[in-house]
Amino acid sequence: MSRISTLLARETALAWGKGGGPMVAVGFYAGVATLLPLAVGSEPERLAAIAPGAAWVALALAALLSLDRLFERDYEDGSLDLLTLSPVPLEIICAVKCLAQWLATGLPLALAAPVAAIALGASPQLSGLVIACALLGGLAFSFMGGIGAALSLGARRGGLLTAVIVLPLFVPPVIFGGGALASLDSGLPWKAGFALLGAYTAAAVALGPLAMAAACRNALS
Amino acid sequence: MIPEVSIQSLALSRGGRQLFSRLILKLSPGEAVALTGRNGAGKTSLLRAIAGLIAPDEGVIAFGGVEPAEAREAMHLLGHLDGLKSSRTARDELSFWTGFAGGAADAPEAAAARLDLLPLLDLEVRRLSAGQRRRLALARLLAAPRPLWLLDEPLSPLDAEWRGRFGEIMGEHLSTGGMILAAVHDPLPLAARTVEVGR
Repeated sequence: MSRISTLLARETALAWGKGGGPMVAVGFYAGVATLLPLAVGSEPERLAAIAPGAAWVALALAALLSLDRLFERDYEDGSLDLLTLSPVPLEIICAVKCLAQWLATGLPLALAAPVAAIALGASPQLSGLVIACALLGGLAFSFMGGIGAALSLGARRGGLLTAVIVLPLFVPPVIFGGGALASLDSGLPWKAGFALLGAYTAAAVALGPLAMAAACRNALS
Repeated sequence: MIPEVSIQSLALSRGGRQLFSRLILKLSPGEAVALTGRNGAGKTSLLRAIAGLIAPDEGVIAFGGVEPAEAREAMHLLGHLDGLKSSRTARDELSFWTGFAGGAADAPEAAAARLDLLPLLDLEVRRLSAGQRRRLALARLLAAPRPLWLLDEPLSPLDAEWRGRFGEIMGEHLSTGGMILAAVHDPLPLAARTVEVGR
């Protein structure tokens, strides 16, 4: 247990120090929230309609950008070799790395999401669900994304390959979470979409590490 | 603890090319073996196969009745890829790897003192020279005692003085029942059996 917490502390510190943390999350949202009105037009009704969805685009982008270094650096500098020489199963190590990634990037982004959504004109009563969806969705992005990152280990231009593998896996949480937000906004029942998002996240957390560990073993051998 | 390492008629290939076959090697406590051979002969691959990272084509790597998964906890692997993050301080990295390998909390400090690293501990790893970085990687072996050391070119970045001092450290490890398997081009600074890999 102490090994796992040691690993979590180190991975979080690494992810936090390199492109994670609250300031980066806020800056990232500021960028996305500025870019959107410029791209789609600044009519308040239109912006208010897409505001909750902007959180998803930002989350998915941020997850993709940070996936590149999830396993690649450890693979290149030999850490992955050494991590396997421990009683901690590789599956747990992969899960800890994804969790650390989420703590350093997904969590701050999720907490900043409602601010960006309100700035774009979303109704403040959506805030709670925006945070909850972004928390769950970000966790699913980290674990599903980890599969893509592990599969593209050792490939040249691995970043682009990761995106091609991972983006289809990002579709279900966006549909479920986006659907829940749209339903709440228009006064319809939203719990089904949210429950499906939770189920997808649970499946990603449970099954993702198995696939990641298999892909890492393959890359190391 | 692993009582011995015994390799029977091992064959390894990388990228579709067979590196060696019918390799036989036995390592008992207190013994050091220097693996020699030309570049690309498969010395590093042999060490990685013992560490369980590569599956052999044929043959058996046995650890005297200990399961391979359990045996991995009893070995240190040291190669030119040292797993040290250049953005973190030497102290952070040493204590992380010590903790992760199951060493005691005060062990990193003692190991760093032994390798003259104390004044360097607060520097980022990127500020260290190649030799200092290697010493930091070696400190890990002292801080978390494990019986089997798999060393890949351990001496290359070290200067003459440190090669000698590392020889003493290896000698102490052997005298406490440790085992050393080292891939080398230069002779090890202590008495060791030599096994040629390939051909």
